[in-house]
Amino acid sequence: MDINFVIEKFLLVSILFAISLLIAMYSTYAERKVAAFLQDRLGPDRAGPFGILQPLADGVKMFMKEEITPSNSNKWLFMAGPGLAMLCACIGTAVIPWGQDLAIGGRVIPLQVTDINVGVLYLFGVVSLGVYGVMIGGWASNNKYSLLSAIRAASQNISYEIAMGLSIIALLLMTNSLSLKEIVLQQHGGNWNVLYQPLGFIIFMICSFAETNRAPFDLPECETELIGGYHTEYSSMKLGFYLFAEYINMFVSSAVMATLYFGGYNYPGMDWVATQLGPIAAPLVGTGVLFLKIFAFIFFFMWVRWTIPRFRYDQLMNLGWKTLIPLAIANIIITGIVIAVVKF
Amino acid sequence: MGTSVFYFVATLSIIFSLMVIFSKNPIHSVLYLILTFFTFTVHYVLLNAQFLAVVNFIVYMGAIMVLFLFVLMLLNLNKENEPNKSNLLKIVGVIAGGCLVVTLMGALKAVNIDSPLVLVDKDLGLVERLGKELFGKFMLPFELSSILLLSAMVGAVLLTKKEEKTNG
Repeated sequence: MDINFVIEKFLLVSILFAISLLIAMYSTYAERKVAAFLQDRLGPDRAGPFGILQPLADGVKMFMKEEITPSNSNKWLFMAGPGLAMLCACIGTAVIPWGQDLAIGGRVIPLQVTDINVGVLYLFGVVSLGVYGVMIGGWASNNKYSLLSAIRAASQNISYEIAMGLSIIALLLMTNSLSLKEIVLQQHGGNWNVLYQPLGFIIFMICSFAETNRAPFDLPECETELIGGYHTEYSSMKLGFYLFAEYINMFVSSAVMATLYFGGYNYPGMDWVATQLGPIAAPLVGTGVLFLKIFAFIFFFMWVRWTIPRFRYDQLMNLGWKTLIPLAIANIIITGIVIAVVKF
Repeated sequence: MGTSVFYFVATLSIIFSLMVIFSKNPIHSVLYLILTFFTFTVHYVLLNAQFLAVVNFIVYMGAIMVLFLFVLMLLNLNKENEPNKSNLLKIVGVIAGGCLVVTLMGALKAVNIDSPLVLVDKDLGLVERLGKELFGKFMLPFELSSILLLSAMVGAVLLTKKEEKTNG
């Protein structure tokens, strides 16, 4: 194996990990600022200019707090829960193409950790594993509320995974490929998938809200019924990990939506910019554009959270099983018919 | 390198599957079963069957095992309220297990191990080839099995509906 290859993959993974953590950190700040803006308040403004050091202060607070393990909990699984949540949140970034290939000194460096030819399914697998962190943590706490929350999380995730998978199938019918790199390349020149799959995109987005446990589907953390939900018994950095994992999940699903439906790193006038800037700067501009799209989605996540009230549990299940799944199936059938008609 | 990785992962599979049986707590059993399935995924990747690997990952680890855990947590099975198994049941279990071992040994003996297995087509496990095989050569069995699954699903839904009616 080429040593350069190892170094560049290692660098890419480290950078992605750092960026994920940084974005998760500043998402907590952004969330509070967005909430403040929507509710006509100021939000955090004490630590540093505009309260920009607030996430650091929160982080220090999390680390300094006393770490409590409930005496009747399952020690190992109690620790494994947050770790697993964090792991599943972070590994999703591996298959997302972050930019065009960089060409530095005759070496072509792809800005993607790995381009496996089942990339979409890999993401799907990571999403379906995500629920284990919540389930194991909730069960190991040995608390009725945590357990109820864990069970809620599991049933919610399974229900919405189905609609999510079906909405992706309609997309795959069009792209003919499971590789995310290929899907992004096909969207070059303003050919964004959202233009052809608007319904699929809406279903996918609603499902990603449910999969990341974000409002209006944050029933596993419903304070009025379940105290704190699955992390009722958690304190200190273990609690911090759960909260962090949620923000990283949000970041990853924003990246996935931007990649699958909004052209990834593509933007209008890309080829012209590439001729002006050369082979190193132009791909980085694309990466910047991708991050802008991701931030727009993260803002949307927050906007929805502070706008729409939480669903009731039966409403959640009805929406998932009786509305989204039939809609997704109809979407597949229509897409299939249109493709068949256009081809012949 | 391939074979050493295989032996390492195979050992892990065996250890985890033994832990499934030997752990007292049903939740621990399921968690070990998840790990076992994970090692199976690695086996599929080693065989270059990427699609099968990922589907095993999604369906077994991500969906079926979540349901297992879900049911166990809902029923809240503990070792305290586990019914004591009588000795007769244990003996029957041992005999049944022994029969299974004998059958497996017989089946393995019939396999011709002298000629080593060679993967004829390296890309066979990739999603495009697999789809073409399934929807071309194996169209009928594939569709039949999907109908079978659908009827099982409809049956399960019907059973729950029936119960509702009799209970008022």
